[in-house]
Amino acid sequence: MEFLRKWFQAGILILTNASWSFPFTRSLYQGPLKVLCSPGLNCYSCPAATTACPLGAIQQLLLSVRMTLANGQFYVGFYVIGSIGFLGAVFGRMVCGWACPFGFIQELLHKIPSPKFSVPRPLRFIKYGLLALTIFILPVVYINEFDMGLPWFCKFICPAGTLEAGLPMLFLQPDLQQIIGTLFWSKFTIMILFLAWSVVASRPFCRTTCPLGAWYGLFRKAKMVRLTLNESKCTKCLECHDVCPMGVKFNESPDDGECITCLKCMNEACRFGAIGLEIGGLPVQAGDIRTKKVPAK
Amino acid sequence: MAKKKPQQPVDKLPLFLISFFIIIFCIGVFYDEPSRVLEQAWQICLSCIGIG
Repeated sequence: MEFLRKWFQAGILILTNASWSFPFTRSLYQGPLKVLCSPGLNCYSCPAATTACPLGAIQQLLLSVRMTLANGQFYVGFYVIGSIGFLGAVFGRMVCGWACPFGFIQELLHKIPSPKFSVPRPLRFIKYGLLALTIFILPVVYINEFDMGLPWFCKFICPAGTLEAGLPMLFLQPDLQQIIGTLFWSKFTIMILFLAWSVVASRPFCRTTCPLGAWYGLFRKAKMVRLTLNESKCTKCLECHDVCPMGVKFNESPDDGECITCLKCMNEACRFGAIGLEIGGLPVQAGDIRTKKVPAK
Repeated sequence: MAKKKPQQPVDKLPLFLISFFIIIFCIGVFYDEPSRVLEQAWQICLSCIGIG
């Protein structure tokens, strides 16, 4: 299953960045597919991006919301929120585990041999604050004399934007190198820190900072596809703790907002059939089916 | 006679949320929001990616 997940992640990375004409056009893809929101974090200013980043799109709609409403245009983000809300209600953070290009990049970096460290659990709350503040509140509230706000998360934090868009655009349009300043170097430092952190810790950006992960995490108790725990079969061997890339203690909190439904705990750890998968309350893979296939360690 | 299996209860909350977000999505489409998203996605926002 892990093999299938890796291929799925690679497929999504390629599909959401499938426009390879940029070395010739030296600009962005401008086709109709860009009306679609990508499920995961993928900067739409990336020259190869074929879809829109939902976080970027929401911020752009909200930062100009006063002006558009004054002009009689009702652009308040319903289309984007509807898109990612639908995905959240069906999959929750499974999107992070299976369909996020930046999550995939972090997983690949984590394969580099090095000492590995955990990410302190309390840091997970930061991303919920960032979701509320930088995506929804500040772009609307903090405005200039033209009634326009700023895309706070994209502008000051997003390491995916620096990696997928900022750096490639500097190579494609060398004139831009003349105008980079403190903002670029601060974002570049944030990117380097997260990439380096990804080598020594599993998915640090997803766990601490990603507002999209925070959004999908809100659906932890209300998503169609979820892992379930059969407490009568759980022996509390804690093997599910060891394999989880998000630091979830599954037998203690099966509805944890950090669970990305990568299925490692079900397929690679639990030998007692205590972890199952269900869709809309209906079991599609009960743990006891797996114990027949996989011999005990 | 074979025993009938007890029916699994279907989660209603996700179904409600899915319907809710589909309605929200349709409202966005009705107000022509996709064209605005497309317009923004076609442009390079330099300050958004840390340049300028």
